[in-house]
Amino acid sequence: MERIPILRMGQFLLVTIQVDMHDRLAVQLQDDLTEKISEWSSRGVLIDISTLEIVDSFIGRMLANIAAMARVLDAETVVVGMQPAVAITLVELGMSLAGVRTALNVETGMELLYELRGDFHSEMGG
Amino acid sequence: MSKLPEMISKHQEAIRADWLKQMSGAVRRADLMSNEEIDSQSRELLTTIASGAKSGGITNLDGPAWTPAREALAAISASRAKQGFTTSETAIFVLSLKQPLFAMVRKELAASPDAVFDEIWKATLLLDNLALITADAFQTTREKFIARQQEELMELSTPVVKLWDGILALPIIGTLDSARTQVVMESLLQAVVQTNSRFAIIDITGVPTVDTLVAQHLLKTITAARLMGAECIISGVRPQIAQTIVHLGIDLANVITKAKLADAFALALQRTGKTVVAMDSGNAKKTLFKKEE
Repeated sequence: MERIPILRMGQFLLVTIQVDMHDRLAVQLQDDLTEKISEWSSRGVLIDISTLEIVDSFIGRMLANIAAMARVLDAETVVVGMQPAVAITLVELGMSLAGVRTALNVETGMELLYELRGDFHSEMGG
Repeated sequence: MSKLPEMISKHQEAIRADWLKQMSGAVRRADLMSNEEIDSQSRELLTTIASGAKSGGITNLDGPAWTPAREALAAISASRAKQGFTTSETAIFVLSLKQPLFAMVRKELAASPDAVFDEIWKATLLLDNLALITADAFQTTREKFIARQQEELMELSTPVVKLWDGILALPIIGTLDSARTQVVMESLLQAVVQTNSRFAIIDITGVPTVDTLVAQHLLKTITAARLMGAECIISGVRPQIAQTIVHLGIDLANVITKAKLADAFALALQRTGKTVVAMDSGNAKKTLFKKEE
């Protein structure tokens, strides 16, 4: 069965969605991701959707759900590279993904993750 | 069977001469178009009417026989719409054909008053229909004008300006309606992707009023930009607008708002780790000194 690969980069997970998301694939990703976060004690998840051109309310909700679940498992989620058309569609569907952090590309997304985690560590240190 | 088509073809030149002679100054509008133009227009129209009436009858003007006449009328009213004629002036141009036509009918059928009345009635109906076609065509031309101007205005009024690396500005002039919001949103998001900008400043100095609908459109744009990873700052909020926003109960708590574009720019610079500093005084003096030399 088709799966979306989840890459491990130190304390972060990297997910690149390069195929058309259909509903079963989305649910599978949700399962795999929560599994991996708890297995590797990851502190952040970066989801690259720059090649995703079509979204529906289900995929939108899935992104919000993944962020919420990761938050429960103590990991931050950053969604990067959303296309203008996708952003407009989500807004028109009334989904603002309030709990999800966003960045322009993978680079700024990783910076944001380090920043978020850096704050966390300095708080602990201080 | 009406004798009108036959009469029109037969006396076409006489009718036209009569028509031009009696055409009043108001219809002619010598300031807007030349005599030659009106001459050729009247000839073309009368010829197409004569051929239309001959082959298509005078009761139904929708048939293919009347197509040349309809096209001639459309061309005439389109050119008059561009030249600045009013609707009634354009319609009267066609309606003024009544007098010469009636005169011709009366002369031709002088022997039988009943037939005169009959033909005049038919001629009236024919010319009224032609005038209606003219008015319709006139209005269509005007509407096309307006639509095209609106389009041009839409394109002109939504520029996205790059202020610095990673900082965009979007000065909005005029009221935001749904159609414009769509254009604004698309061009902003496209520019965010192209220039890789983390900050977008939406300046609403030029927006005359902000109501709930405009605010909703703004919030949509801001949310879409946020989804892509860019942060929006609203600037140019005038005091009256700030009051209106609060009175309407619009929630802008999650949006950064600034009074001036400069303030928003300063904030965006600060967030991207840049700052504007004055040249040190020694340098400034040297520059001044050089200038004086």
